[in-house]
Amino acid sequence: MPTDLSWLPERADWAETLAHAQQLAPEAAFEAFQALSNSRMDFVRAGKLDKTIQRYQARAGSPASWPVIRLALLGSSTLGHLLPGIRIGALRRGLLVESYEGPYGLYRQELTDPRSGLQGFRPDVICLALDAQHLAGSEHASAESALASIRECWREARDTLHAVVIQQTVLPIHPALMGNNEERLQESPASVVQQINQGLRRHAEPDGVYLLSVDTWAAIDGLSTWYDPALWNRSKQEIHPHASNTYGDQLGRLLGALRGRSSKCLVLDLDNTLWGGVIGDDGLEGIILGQGSAVGEAHIALQRYARQLSQRGVILAVCSKNDEANALSPFEQHAEMILKRKDIACFVANWQDKASNLREIAQRLNIGLDSLVFVDDNPMERGLVRRELPMVSVPELPEDPSGYVDCLARAGYFEALHITDEDRERAELYRANAERESLRSSTTDMGSFLDALKMELTWSSFDMVGLKRIVQLINKTNQFNLTTRRYTEPEVAAMMDDEDVVTLQLRLTDIYGDNGVIALLIGRRNRDRALEIDTWLMSCRVLGRNVEEATLNILAAQAEALGCNALVGVFKPTKKNQMVQQHYERLGFDLIEASEDGSSRWVLPLRGFTPLAIRMQVTEGVQWRTPTSIDS
Amino acid sequence: MENAHIYRQLEEIFREVFDDDTIALTPQTTAADIEDWDSMAHIGLIVAIEQRMKIKFKTSELESLHNVGQLAGIIEYKLEAQPSRAATA
Repeated sequence: MPTDLSWLPERADWAETLAHAQQLAPEAAFEAFQALSNSRMDFVRAGKLDKTIQRYQARAGSPASWPVIRLALLGSSTLGHLLPGIRIGALRRGLLVESYEGPYGLYRQELTDPRSGLQGFRPDVICLALDAQHLAGSEHASAESALASIRECWREARDTLHAVVIQQTVLPIHPALMGNNEERLQESPASVVQQINQGLRRHAEPDGVYLLSVDTWAAIDGLSTWYDPALWNRSKQEIHPHASNTYGDQLGRLLGALRGRSSKCLVLDLDNTLWGGVIGDDGLEGIILGQGSAVGEAHIALQRYARQLSQRGVILAVCSKNDEANALSPFEQHAEMILKRKDIACFVANWQDKASNLREIAQRLNIGLDSLVFVDDNPMERGLVRRELPMVSVPELPEDPSGYVDCLARAGYFEALHITDEDRERAELYRANAERESLRSSTTDMGSFLDALKMELTWSSFDMVGLKRIVQLINKTNQFNLTTRRYTEPEVAAMMDDEDVVTLQLRLTDIYGDNGVIALLIGRRNRDRALEIDTWLMSCRVLGRNVEEATLNILAAQAEALGCNALVGVFKPTKKNQMVQQHYERLGFDLIEASEDGSSRWVLPLRGFTPLAIRMQVTEGVQWRTPTSIDS
Repeated sequence: MENAHIYRQLEEIFREVFDDDTIALTPQTTAADIEDWDSMAHIGLIVAIEQRMKIKFKTSELESLHNVGQLAGIIEYKLEAQPSRAATA
């Protein structure tokens, strides 16, 4: 049985859309290709879509604004049949993959030989897809030696090639020799695979590696979906073509998470989604929710899953066609509700169409529409949103609510690579923000609003403790981001050691709480003794609070300390950062150069620079909070 | 041809797998006649036929395939052996 991306909708106009897309210019064509990638397909169809796109690229090129990831797939068995699914999985997240498949079985040589094809390819990401026969199939195989060899590959990939490493876990293809207590026979191939997987899970985080957990997926889908001994014998394919779309989507999720493309907000419908029945008709006593009813338990399971997601950093919102008072009543009065009003960062219940309401939610939360996942039991509403807002993710829920959680979990919209303190506190952050907004509307002038917030801005250079969060922000901030340059952990760590580089992380607290790290800057001293601002990004949550001005004051002082006589600012336009087009102009920089592609360069001489007026206290930070992760 | 319906289905699968709508199959068609039909594509092709026609080839059956005629013959034999499936395939 193939794994068929069951959360994606079928598309009746597949062939016509594919034919039409090829007539379009790159931007529009790839939007259409991406829309097609978001429909249900088997591996044959994925292969055809991939071939069509490759032909198109050879003829008409790729859209310039789409990020490209150079991905190397290394292993010791046949892997080429996985590439179409991987490219389509990345396309689903708006990413283009240029792929490299190492020569069969030579992955170690490829990693170490300075003249290898891999070294010439200069991968951003290396996926090590090692098969179970290779690692555990021989008589003398041991988990210790396999793990030592794999970790040596990680070191090479990271230190020599400066690539992000994704390690495929080992597929448990070996039959048991003992049975249920197989691990008591340590040297059996099945045991060795288990031990290797345990070791990979133990070492991945401290070694800075991400896992592609095919063993978990094979356990969910059934091993026979993922592995067929006949195909291994015929062609040394360990991963079955039937699983190739799932494999590609899983890898696509990881690439998406690395590039900040994971969804951020779960938007929930109410009637027949969060509870059974219609609150407006059935009333508080009539809706089906909680123990005592199988349907009621299914809805509770969705609520519980949503709440668990929110506790690890996913924002929750409600979008419902209802009178607001009716919609709120279960949250406030129904004893079985797991979700409470305070769990919902943005609550929209009215009679407008859902597409407009989703726009409203994205705007109020200050996140992109492509960060939203919209969960609704009604196929008509789903269809409307898909048509009006193709960038919103809309899972194709099964008819039985018992399947809602599984559908959402399989779709993997919220793939995350790390959990930071801020992720755990995000729900709190967004609620505090809503309270700030209400203070803003109750205070008449801006100045007194800012004073009432009693803001304190703390700054320091990048540090190892905050590194994960810094890399996360660099890779996911899209709107207030002057250059949208993405950096990996090793690259950022290298900047921290570079004496020509100034790095700044800023944290803002106010009477409502800690906003966390809200801005990052990277400046580089150039030969003209100017500090060129390579990266300036900020959280949109703190817009309109003079943080930009305060940041400039700090940066200017840092630049002077480094012997610089000017700041040079760069703006590079993307689809999402129009809001900062005038950023440097607003801060008093002079335009040096404006290019045809919309990018511009700006200068601010430091001689005679007087710090800008601000309404907050600024302090230099010494000690950042200790992280909860164990690896630092 | 008595098994024309099998050729029709095969043609559809071949066209999709090789992304070429001009492919026309005869019993004599071999890998040499279709540009992208290499050993790697062959594996995918066989899995696609298995999936679309809801059959499963034995490893030994695949080792002696020389042309589309033999392939269609094996499929016909399999579909006849499973009449309930032949009706839905």
